[in-house]
Amino acid sequence: MDKSNVKGFLEFVYDFYRSMKAHEITLVYEGEITHQITKAFTSLTESNMAKESEANSVQKKVFHVMVECLQNISKHADSFGSDDFLFAGRGIFMVSKGKTDYHVTTGNVIENDKIEELTAMLNHINGLDKEGLKQLYKSQMKEGRLSEKGGAGLGFIDIARKTGNKLEFHFLPIDESSSFFLLTSSISRNA
Amino acid sequence: MEVIKIKGTDDTPTIILDKENGIFEISGRSLPEDVTTFYEPILNWLEDYQEEANDQTVFSFKLVYFNTASSKLILDILMKLEEMHENGKSVLIKWYFPEDDEDMEEAGEEYADIVDVPFEQVSYTL
Repeated sequence: MDKSNVKGFLEFVYDFYRSMKAHEITLVYEGEITHQITKAFTSLTESNMAKESEANSVQKKVFHVMVECLQNISKHADSFGSDDFLFAGRGIFMVSKGKTDYHVTTGNVIENDKIEELTAMLNHINGLDKEGLKQLYKSQMKEGRLSEKGGAGLGFIDIARKTGNKLEFHFLPIDESSSFFLLTSSISRNA
Repeated sequence: MEVIKIKGTDDTPTIILDKENGIFEISGRSLPEDVTTFYEPILNWLEDYQEEANDQTVFSFKLVYFNTASSKLILDILMKLEEMHENGKSVLIKWYFPEDDEDMEEAGEEYADIVDVPFEQVSYTL
């Protein structure tokens, strides 16, 4: 790195640090989500919450949501064929802690032809009340078979049930075949 | 029958299946990396046990956490027990939940709704 590059890089790091602070981000990760990563992040967040004497029920909810979000990426983030375009099981994962809520955000690349189905599923879940979510969970558990990757299609429903909040999601176009899928779940800190 | 004794870890439950001593118990946390592989021996064991089940089987679940992938496998276990019950064996499920854990209590109620087998909810203090 020459001198101006070093300066640019340092500024980037500092800006990155400041924007993490501004958005109250307590954990951010980009890369492959493995089972080890899932365990490490959940236990890190658990011990932080315990240190900060967060209510037990809030700790449990955050833990639940983190596990399901991380497993969604590890099982469903798409893999594309070409060598320089490997996204299988990869994504960005963030936890932020505001005054009133925790936010767990995931972002990963998906193929455009999955957007319609995913949108329909998420809208359906967001349209249900507590009882409706319970019924959907039960019927999915009974009828749904585990996919070969071990997903049972229950993760989103579980997040909606545990948090009591709507799932916020967006698709940002990357190119004609893929998009970036962002999902944010909020957990209220007022137990 | 062989005894299954699996020591729990931070992501897998403790499991004891002991026909001779009448102990059938799953406890702790369940979020194994590969749920299907983890629970396969348990389901196979129950399949064999069905053939020569004790006069009474009291099966205890004392979980503090399970992920959605595990929830499906827990249902598979309950359905095996339901089958035994339908075949005239005496089966009782005991679902333990920490007294302040409404989610775990509700999970038990939901399973009790789905499977047709005697089901008892037991609260305990951590």
